Amino acid sequence: MARHVIASLREFPAGTRRLVDIKGRKIAVFNIKGEFFALANRCPHQGGSLCEGRLTGLIEASEPGKYRYSRRGEIIRCPWHGWEFDVRTGKSWCDPARVRARQFAVSVAPGAALVEGPYVAETFGVSVEDDYVVLDA
Amino acid sequence: MSAAFSTIDCDVHVNVPGLKALLPYLDEYWRDSVIDRGMNSLDPISYPPNAPLTARPDWRGDAGEPASTLDMLRSHALDRWSIDVAICNCLYGVQLLFSEDMAAAFAKAVNDWVAKEWLDREPRLRASIVVPMQNVEFAVAEIERCAPDPRFVQVLVLAMGEAPLGRRQHWPVYAAAERHGLPLGIHAGSGYRHPVTSLGWPSWYIEDYCAQSQGFQSQVASLVCEGVFVKFPKLKVVLLESGVTWLPAFMWRLSKFWRGVRLEVPWVDRSPAEIVRDHVRLTIQPFDAPDDPAAVARLIDHMQSDDMLLFSSDFPHWQFDGDAVMPAGIPARLHQKIRRDNALATYGRLTEAAA
Repeated sequence: MARHVIASLREFPAGTRRLVDIKGRKIAVFNIKGEFFALANRCPHQGGSLCEGRLTGLIEASEPGKYRYSRRGEIIRCPWHGWEFDVRTGKSWCDPARVRARQFAVSVAPGAALVEGPYVAETFGVSVEDDYVVLDA
Repeated sequence: MSAAFSTIDCDVHVNVPGLKALLPYLDEYWRDSVIDRGMNSLDPISYPPNAPLTARPDWRGDAGEPASTLDMLRSHALDRWSIDVAICNCLYGVQLLFSEDMAAAFAKAVNDWVAKEWLDREPRLRASIVVPMQNVEFAVAEIERCAPDPRFVQVLVLAMGEAPLGRRQHWPVYAAAERHGLPLGIHAGSGYRHPVTSLGWPSWYIEDYCAQSQGFQSQVASLVCEGVFVKFPKLKVVLLESGVTWLPAFMWRLSKFWRGVRLEVPWVDRSPAEIVRDHVRLTIQPFDAPDDPAAVARLIDHMQSDDMLLFSSDFPHWQFDGDAVMPAGIPARLHQKIRRDNALATYGRLTEAAA
């Protein structure tokens, strides 16, 4: 496990997502309304690329026809078979105890802190004036 | 007293020997109409009189009219297998009629005929309420009319009607059934509003009968996906003469696709297989399995529930020979559950009536 600087905050705006390759491991990183989430890109069902899925909300119903729609944009649906995963937990909706996408911690850190720390930032230079998105993987 | 029951037969048939038998149970207008219109019979084509399935040769009787007298039912089934309770499902053409008024009149007549000619004369018998599903208000009214008699233990509909059973238009029937502790019994058969296959009309009887299990599959899917068991959590559904062995594969398929498209039916908030195992029961004739007991045991294992199967002979239909009502290979631990316990858990009224 190491901390990887994957982008500057300016280049990774809300509503976008990135597929990051950490030494061959593919990780989908989402910026949802300013919050970052990272999941192993490989759907635990059959391996579809979660990064290419649609973000939707959580639909529930206490009884037929009584729709309750919440958490818009926080559920990722695998592009292959439509299984839903909670971006906050990685758990699948259909079988949360057994089927889940691995989660990774992702955070925002100021460049000033990064230039000193044990961070991996091979692909671009870090400037002390900017903020960066950092992935623990 | 229910503990004294040892065998409960959840699917026997009593046959109306001709429309004349119903005349005393019709009001004057409908009685005269039967005569004036020259109506003789409402026997549905689902069971052609001479088809082998319709009656075992040794149960046909001298006049060739099987299951038409109490003596036949007693000697061929009740006494023969020491049956303590048998639930009569009268399959007459009520569901085929296009007139809602006529359907209501004949449903009432059939139910009163069953009560007077069978239930009053044989204490081991119970019956299902035949309802005119052509009109939901009339169906509910017939349930309300019959429900005070505790010998009516179930509401009876056909596997293929005018619309899928889960649709909300039918819900008042399920509300009434749940209110009175009556399971919904779905029996093989069609009102012939639509072709019996989704491909169109088949040419032969064998296709019609085999297609019934597809009808049952679609009804199970409809009831689950429309959320009937969420809306009516106490409702039980009994598939009568549906065949059994198709169910595990169908539950698997339904659950598999639910995982990807469940957001269309968010009220289905757990695996359809779990919902089916909690709410759906099946009678064991026909079972539809090879003679190999090991194969039967595997199929039972695939059900992943010991609570779903109900003993039935399907008398007088020809589903088995001799006395082999219980298919070989069903594990011994299940025998008492199938013969008695599962039926008592499904039909609350069996215990009430006996108490």
